[in-house]
Amino acid sequence: MSVTGISERKPFSARSFFMRWEWILIVFIIIAIIINSNISPYFLKTSNLFNMTFNFMELGIIVLIMSFVIIIGQIDLSVGSNMAMSSAIMGISYQMGLNMWIAMLLGLIAGTLGGLFNGLLITRVKIHSIIITLGTYSLFRGIAYILLGDKAVSGYSAKFLYLGQGYIGKSPVPVELVIFSVLAVTFGIILHKSRYGRYMYAIGNNELASRYSGIPVDRIKVTIYTASGFMCAMAGILFTSRVSMSRPNIGESFLFEVVTIVLLGGVSIYGGQGSMIGVVLSLFLIGMIRHGLALVNIPTQVMSVIIGFMLISAILLPKALRRVFMSE
Amino acid sequence: MEKSVVKGQQRGRLLRRILARREIVLSVFILILIAAVSLRSPYFLTLGNFKNILLDSSILMIIAIGQMMVIITRGIDLSVASGLAFSGMIVGLIVSHNLGIHPLLAVLMGMGIGLVLGSFNGFLISKAGIPPIIATIAAMIIYRGSTYIISGGTWVDASEMPYGFKQIARGTLLGVPNLIFIVIVVSLIFYYFLGHTRTGRQIYAFGGNPDAARFVGIDVRKINFIVYMFSGILSGLAGVLWVSRYASAQSNTAAGFELLTVAACVIGGVFIFGGSGTITGVLLGSLLLSIVINALNTIRVSPFWKMAIQGMVILIAVITDSIISRRFEVTLREGGGS
Repeated sequence: MSVTGISERKPFSARSFFMRWEWILIVFIIIAIIINSNISPYFLKTSNLFNMTFNFMELGIIVLIMSFVIIIGQIDLSVGSNMAMSSAIMGISYQMGLNMWIAMLLGLIAGTLGGLFNGLLITRVKIHSIIITLGTYSLFRGIAYILLGDKAVSGYSAKFLYLGQGYIGKSPVPVELVIFSVLAVTFGIILHKSRYGRYMYAIGNNELASRYSGIPVDRIKVTIYTASGFMCAMAGILFTSRVSMSRPNIGESFLFEVVTIVLLGGVSIYGGQGSMIGVVLSLFLIGMIRHGLALVNIPTQVMSVIIGFMLISAILLPKALRRVFMSE
Repeated sequence: MEKSVVKGQQRGRLLRRILARREIVLSVFILILIAAVSLRSPYFLTLGNFKNILLDSSILMIIAIGQMMVIITRGIDLSVASGLAFSGMIVGLIVSHNLGIHPLLAVLMGMGIGLVLGSFNGFLISKAGIPPIIATIAAMIIYRGSTYIISGGTWVDASEMPYGFKQIARGTLLGVPNLIFIVIVVSLIFYYFLGHTRTGRQIYAFGGNPDAARFVGIDVRKINFIVYMFSGILSGLAGVLWVSRYASAQSNTAAGFELLTVAACVIGGVFIFGGSGTITGVLLGSLLLSIVINALNTIRVSPFWKMAIQGMVILIAVITDSIISRRFEVTLREGGGS
């Protein structure tokens, strides 16, 4: 059961093909589409469907790397804080008169270094990532507050704002959606078609055994955390571009939503299991649910309670369904 | 069987030695810190300021004791601060609408609400088998969001609270401030519970080696439920005390406080991989943290630095802890060889 991520060439069986978690997600997405289009007649318009994606592309970018982190049996609590730190460093350097793109590069470097810091502490100090990233969760956002105080940096150039707000040419396709899609395909190939993907599943299933079989566990962990820092910085910069300002409280609710999406996508919280398609489907499902809730004017505080319950059911539901359908 | 008992005793003696050392180290560190800060600011060493530090640390101590029990079982409870805000808000609202309520009843109500919240966490973790980090993160946002919803974004302030209620945390009993009195009672209760009752010892046994605990016949689910329940009750109690002390209940009360409780445990020598930790250590850890925070205020560090410093404190505590315990393991191994 726990090695489903690894064993590939099983004989085809219709039952196991249709009993996959991804189908259930697709059913949920169809239900969400039906409900949303009942609430608003404009929902199914092409432009609306594309515009809807603006609201969860930054989430999606972090979701991709968080699924890697959870598949190897770890967690990164510092993602939202890292976004804020990168955005703040970009904002401050832009304010000091640096070129926009150099400022952006500095933001990316800062976030990546933050991720590297996490990775090195986790592998060198040998303490579970929960505690280390709980520390950097506070530290990174603290740095954002030190840099920005209670102020916000705005006045970014139009070229920069295009990244988070623009469309490709005259088509209705947002730039952010294209960036996300490229990343999603890349991450999917790494996870499912490369040696490193198989290493990740192996580490998540049995870290000690992987170590003994010569998999460079520590190096992979450091790489994934560094990549996590980079992706957070990218999400932070795109978010900044979309709302056209840097604030120290950017991404405060990201952590919960990202973890919810990853777990709902079928990634096991115990590591070693999950697929990229499931995670992306789950991202769109949550995106549509949020869009629907916004259509009927549900306040954000109620939304956060709903997300909390969804996080719980994201673990209970696959568990329960597996017990019902797959007990053979 | 006999062998494992002997091993357990050795381990116990070893842990006691580490912890004995930890408490001495902490006390020395606290004294150095006090000396250093009072050189910068004479106000720091006044009696009034010290009373403030003690009162500030007492609420942290109460929650940290609950957090310690959770960490001993290899879990973590990130919902404590939201639970505090939730119970504080409900009790605050009830008290402001029924001015005649006896203060003791308000305290009991807070603990009751905490009991419900803690049992919810305990249920998710022990019965539904959700990992503690995920269950309590979910609980954290649910409780915080519910606090907003119940209060409608408004807050209960000092003028709406009866005198008796505000005296819960501000009054004195035989010359001892109530808060300190409550901390002493709570510490003694849990000192007895953890050290001298069967269930208390089972908590350590489970944290030290969950598999062994299961084979020995310890009701693992019960242990897992109980620690979150106690953590809930203590944060419910802390909620009432917080609202009474600061005479205001807001929906963002104590936001981020859960980090401090974890830090207090780590600094106090609670082993993050479970199985060990003492009340005295946690009390000293909380005291040290409160002194640091107070010192930052007296030497006028910008409040924007607070979060970053909190993070640094956790990381430094964890790293030194890991280095110390690793060195200790090495000396033990050498000692065993001779």
